[in-house]
Amino acid sequence: MRRYLAARLLQALGVVVFVTTLSFVVVHLAPGDPISAALQNPNVTEEVRQQWRASYGLDKPIAEQYVLWLSNVARGKLGFSITHRRPVGDVLAMALPRTLLLCGLALLLSFVIGIGIGLLQAERPHGPRDRWLGRVLLVLYSVPDFWLALLALLLFAYRFPLFPPGGMTDPVTYPYLSNGEQFVDRVKHLVLPVVTLALLSSAGVARFQRAALLAVLPSDWMRTAIAKGLSWRTAVRRHAFRNALLPTITLFGLSLPVFASGAIFIEKVFTWPGMGLLTVNAIAARDYPLVTAGVLVMSVIVVTGALLADIAVAAADPRIRLS
Amino acid sequence: MASAPPSIRVPASSVRQRLRSDSRFWIGLSTLGIIILIALFARFLAPYDPNAQLDISSLHSQAPSLAHPMGTDTFSRDVLSRLIYGAQISLTISLAAVAIAMTFGTLVGAVAGYLGGVIDAILMRLVDAASSIPTLLLLIVVIALWDEIGVVFLTLLIAGVAWFTVSRLVRAETLAVRDADFIVAARALGMPSWRILARHVLPNVVGPAIVAATLAIGNVILLEAGLSYLGIGVRPPTASWGSIIQEGAERVSDLWWLTLFPGLAILVTVFACNALGDALRDALDPRQLLASLGDETVQHTR
Repeated sequence: MRRYLAARLLQALGVVVFVTTLSFVVVHLAPGDPISAALQNPNVTEEVRQQWRASYGLDKPIAEQYVLWLSNVARGKLGFSITHRRPVGDVLAMALPRTLLLCGLALLLSFVIGIGIGLLQAERPHGPRDRWLGRVLLVLYSVPDFWLALLALLLFAYRFPLFPPGGMTDPVTYPYLSNGEQFVDRVKHLVLPVVTLALLSSAGVARFQRAALLAVLPSDWMRTAIAKGLSWRTAVRRHAFRNALLPTITLFGLSLPVFASGAIFIEKVFTWPGMGLLTVNAIAARDYPLVTAGVLVMSVIVVTGALLADIAVAAADPRIRLS
Repeated sequence: MASAPPSIRVPASSVRQRLRSDSRFWIGLSTLGIIILIALFARFLAPYDPNAQLDISSLHSQAPSLAHPMGTDTFSRDVLSRLIYGAQISLTISLAAVAIAMTFGTLVGAVAGYLGGVIDAILMRLVDAASSIPTLLLLIVVIALWDEIGVVFLTLLIAGVAWFTVSRLVRAETLAVRDADFIVAARALGMPSWRILARHVLPNVVGPAIVAATLAIGNVILLEAGLSYLGIGVRPPTASWGSIIQEGAERVSDLWWLTLFPGLAILVTVFACNALGDALRDALDPRQLLASLGDETVQHTR
């Protein structure tokens, strides 16, 4: 187990280094630079721009900038955001919890929905219920994330204004609300993005859970369970379900990249000020330090998630850590 | 590392039979066929020039009507025509990207699986690493920073992130046939490795690769649409399904037709690909066969 852990950890670290190096190089090789983007005033002389560049260290060769950046990151300093005029760490510290809240809730909900649907399907494989649910899932699986989000916005925020059209809190009334009302306001802002994101990813979970269940249904212990007098339904719910949960743990890790990208679209549509929206805006403004740090944080999250899932599966299934 | 699934070759005739009785196969195939025809004959089908601003002062932002069944956009362009031409660009990009990804992925997977050893280890670690990258984010970074990105480069970039799944799948299949008697025989007869690969291994692994490719087309269409929605995929004024939505997204509350129709087009196309891919997979997948025969438990713990 220890060897497996060490190898897996090393691999995860490799991926993070690879991704961030790649994004650093790409960001710095791209045409245009943050100073020109930030200072569009034509009265600003080239001399001032050069001073600015020097103050952000942008006049040094890429290799030197990269080494500097790496050594800073290793000491926990992520640089200074050019558009926000604040340390990148502070900017990310604001945005990260918001994305984690959104994604965490959606992840939870999607696994509840997905596992439930998978179970309903597998109880009578190839029956009418299985087939119809399968078709619904296939539609859900084929929906563009941003489109579903826009439709939700159109229907439940504009046509039937049940929920606010975006943001985290009401921009006008929020500061004047009581504590309880503030909480309600926050929940109301969460509903649409969370439900949309959860629905989108539950399709994959359900398909996976159904396949995992179907794979264990023909087992000997299922036959034993039936033989000792359990009803089919109880046997599926009590025995097959538990055995089919293991592959679903893996999916938890595998679905994190999907969440990271899904969150970008959901955050954009619902103007949820999290990591996705922050990074997309930072790219547009060529805020180099913010972009590279954003990619770094996102890939650390994704890779850690996959790592945790693998460790959980290895802990539960000895065959994996031995091979 | 999980071992390769036990491979049971399904006779071609039974595959055909199963496909013939699968409604998903027919729905997927016919829908995809119709969309490809629409894309091919866009010139004759589109009622207007997709980029023509018909009358910017009086015909902009029109709700659907008889003259413009899907309305007009803020530049007074006919949405239906843009949708029809958008099929061209969306399909071309995704088919080309998937073709490249499939060729490359199959080669890498077959070589890694057949040769094994160090080459296999290196290639597969690379694939592992690549598939745990937040792809979309990296793509956005690359594409957004280069302002004028061509369709060709966009296609190559998308292909560059789509080949991992294929190569992993093909490798598993190759492992399953590598030690089969007919390959051992070919080796004993002194056939060179590259010939064994081309003549005996590839024909046996092409089925799963086709399934993966069909499913990948759907994903790539979604990816292209997403990038265009963010305003960094296909650039204006060229119409793609994603970019039409992007142009209307800011005013989705009143210009709903700019969001609804292109989204439906994406949904229908991706659904067709996924339905077709699912049907092909079920017809070819030995695991499904095992499950329905009920003679062995196959747990996939990957």
